[in-house]
Amino acid sequence: MSENLTIDRSRTPLTKEDFVSDQMVKWCPGCGAHAILSSVANVFPKIGYKKENFCMVSGIGCSSRFPYYVNSYGFHGIHGRAAAIGSGVKIANPHLSVWIATGDGDSMAIGGNHFIHIIRRNIDVNIMLFNNQIYGLTKGQYSPTTPMGTVTKTSPQGTIEHPFNAGELVLGAQGTFFARGVDTNPKMLTEIMFEAAKHDGTSVVEILQNCVIYADGAHKAITDKDTRDDHQLHLKNGEPMIFGKNRDKGIRLGRNGLKVCNIGVNGITEDDLLVHDQYEQDSGIHLMLAKMSPPEFPLAFGVIRSAMFSTYDDLIEEQIKTGKQTSLIKNVDDLLNSGDTWEV
Amino acid sequence: MINTDNKIVEKEDIVIRFAGDSGDGMQLTGTLFSEAAALAGNEIATFPDYPSEIRAPHNTVAGVSGFQVRVSSKIIHSSGDLADFLVAMNPASLKSNLRWVKPNATIIVDADTFEEKAIEKAGFKKNPLTDGSLSTYTLIKAPITSLTLEALKNMNVDPKTANKTRNMFALGITYFLFNREFKTSDDFFAKKFKKKPQLIEINKAVMRAGFNYAVTISFVHSTLRVPATKDLERGIYRNITGNVATAWGLLAASEKSGRPMFLGSYPITPATEILMELALHKSLGARVFQAEDEIAGICSAIGASFAGSLAATTTSGPGLSLKSEALGLAVMTELPLVVVNVQRGGPSTGLPTKSEQSDLMQALFGRNGECPLIIIAASSPADCFYSAFEAAKLSLEHMTPVVLLTDGYIGMGSEVMKIPEMKDLPKINPPIAKPNDPDYKPYKRDEKTLVRKWAIPGTEGLRHRIGGLEKENITGTVTSDPLNHQIMSELRDKKVKLVADDIPKQELTGEKSGDLLVVSWGGTFGSTLNAVSEMQKEGKKVSLAHFKYLNPLPKNTKEIFSNFKKIVVCELNLGQFVQYLRMTFPEFKYSQFNKIQGLPFLTSELKTKFKQILEEK
Repeated sequence: MSENLTIDRSRTPLTKEDFVSDQMVKWCPGCGAHAILSSVANVFPKIGYKKENFCMVSGIGCSSRFPYYVNSYGFHGIHGRAAAIGSGVKIANPHLSVWIATGDGDSMAIGGNHFIHIIRRNIDVNIMLFNNQIYGLTKGQYSPTTPMGTVTKTSPQGTIEHPFNAGELVLGAQGTFFARGVDTNPKMLTEIMFEAAKHDGTSVVEILQNCVIYADGAHKAITDKDTRDDHQLHLKNGEPMIFGKNRDKGIRLGRNGLKVCNIGVNGITEDDLLVHDQYEQDSGIHLMLAKMSPPEFPLAFGVIRSAMFSTYDDLIEEQIKTGKQTSLIKNVDDLLNSGDTWEV
Repeated sequence: MINTDNKIVEKEDIVIRFAGDSGDGMQLTGTLFSEAAALAGNEIATFPDYPSEIRAPHNTVAGVSGFQVRVSSKIIHSSGDLADFLVAMNPASLKSNLRWVKPNATIIVDADTFEEKAIEKAGFKKNPLTDGSLSTYTLIKAPITSLTLEALKNMNVDPKTANKTRNMFALGITYFLFNREFKTSDDFFAKKFKKKPQLIEINKAVMRAGFNYAVTISFVHSTLRVPATKDLERGIYRNITGNVATAWGLLAASEKSGRPMFLGSYPITPATEILMELALHKSLGARVFQAEDEIAGICSAIGASFAGSLAATTTSGPGLSLKSEALGLAVMTELPLVVVNVQRGGPSTGLPTKSEQSDLMQALFGRNGECPLIIIAASSPADCFYSAFEAAKLSLEHMTPVVLLTDGYIGMGSEVMKIPEMKDLPKINPPIAKPNDPDYKPYKRDEKTLVRKWAIPGTEGLRHRIGGLEKENITGTVTSDPLNHQIMSELRDKKVKLVADDIPKQELTGEKSGDLLVVSWGGTFGSTLNAVSEMQKEGKKVSLAHFKYLNPLPKNTKEIFSNFKKIVVCELNLGQFVQYLRMTFPEFKYSQFNKIQGLPFLTSELKTKFKQILEEK
């Protein structure tokens, strides 16, 4: 079932202004979250559902203040539980477009369990995962995505933990949709969010976000103007994987995994490159793409995976429908009188 | 069906206990026996008493699984104290159950199992069947194992399967002793083994073999009949366990309120049956979500409640601990939510399959911040239906979470229930905000009840945000303004206190004044009622106030207390309700009677205590 069929569409065209809330946005000046908010305000009218059918859910952390800043139905939950709360919202009412705002700590530390299970169940919600590699709201402790060795307030000698790669975790949990964007490229972000909305099932959009106060420059190697073209691979479905300032580098499948190659060197042409297929059901290549990182590889951006699998909410609707059609118990009076009874 | 020369003696009330290894099928045997009695028109009350291991070590006392049934011609409220009959399938079950039977009880044992090794493993020094230690009992040494195998010898049954049907041989014996019909059990086999017809025949054959053995051997001078109960109101009746009744009460509330049912739960003993039962009823629109943990159970329910469902989560003690933070969120967002806690022995993992009432303080106060909510407690298996309905009604109409306390004893136990008609149950009117209501504000309240409106996502013109942060009164804007926090804290508190206007007055069993008021709550009702009734018959000035509404307390509580010379509060804990009463009404002096053995009160021990208190100067 396509989401477009189950969620009512707006009768009149909507604009960005329809989703601007009257609340003062209290993120730090220069925070990457501002760009993400702007992308959401841009993409909601494009998606075209009735404005009352959007529902934002969040946990705790800087990112989780998000629902207050969007004029929709919104629920600001407790730390780590956005995925569980969002699951309940969507299962209770599949006619809502549910958007979960969460951070790296919220979803992958305290809420890790809910995060992997919502993905495994493929409940049709959209998760915006703000990854700034730090705990911001508690003022600068390391998170599950902080690179090893980073000095933070709780790792004065550098962290000694292996960080999660969000994409690897999502695909390991049998994720059906994973995309990566960055706060410095709102145009791409808006496109990705639109793709996420179209996807039936749990979509996870990892957004590399800069925390200007506690982890400023965490994504610098990838976002710096001088180097970004060599460190970013923008995936487009059906197109060969080309990147680099001069668009002369590509990704091909070597004997033991992915390889970066130079187009035109050693007889390599575009025909030798991997062509992106985001809809492939097997997640093997998607996982390799999600795991690529500098300096050996560019970081992959765009929709890495968007595969069709049945969704939890569709299946539960089907079971309810079948139950209603086949069960002899049509109401609670029937239920009370079912099985062995006797009259006095 | 019964055609023997045996004399039939009528008995008003009997208690029978089935005991065996935890794999011996004693729960099923007890259930089938109860169903047969219920269908024959008796009042029944059951008490399953089993270990938490699925198959504990063979032939050990730790692995004994018991099932007590009380069958009666009168209206009963508990599964009885000591048993008149004990069926013991091995030495260990005899050993561990002897203390639960009357001195003159009839004991039926599987004599084949009393081998040297098993006797020793059970902790007997000598063979109890031959050393004379059981001389005060009527002992029936039935070779159940060998006769079961004998009964099946022409049916080509493997020994393992044959051995598993020993319990049906025992059931057959009891059917003879109590003049019962095979029908309910035959129907059960037919349904259960629809896909394995051979098992239907095997079970039927073994049950009849047990019956015929009892007929042939004539080990009793007379069989018993418990006449059908005459005191019951006219109506249609059924047998029901507390957990199933809880599930049905929630479904009834869903139908009455028009709010779709959502359950988010994680399996936990002894609450799991509620989750399993609701999962059966998708035809009634129940959306049942088996969550990844207790926290996801309650959080998904909170999400579903925000989205407009009658949402519930079911659990037992340790699970309630895990849900504490989220319960605070439900209090803060002022959303309806039913939390069912089927209490078990604690703390920590405690006694998972045993009953206790030790989560009252946790329900009252086990959250951060000033975090009031409604607490009610069910008093019997059938009352779980009405209590779950009431919990949902109060929750939906007052926009607040409600904790419903039941316990393992009434959750797993069963009794006969008069089937209600839905039209007779009260209406439920949740305060749902109308589309495009220009006056809607998230924390604008009804002047009288202080209840806010429920604006359900998807409704036009009501977009709003709520959450765990403190909100400005009326508007719902996030604020940490000091005066506002005081106002909101007091409003949340007062809102729950005002629920007292909406609950019935506390009832009293007995005279309005007297020498002793017995106070109890929740699943102990049957025991305290029995004890108080018996003492009233003995001419003692004793009355019972059994509480269902624990927070807020009924408005007339103080008035009731003031009319008695002494008050004793009986609970299966170390004294939680009594502490709460001392805090709430410090002007009274309270005695307390507490038991914390994972077992229900015995009528006899209650009476002893009450008499002692009455005699105290």
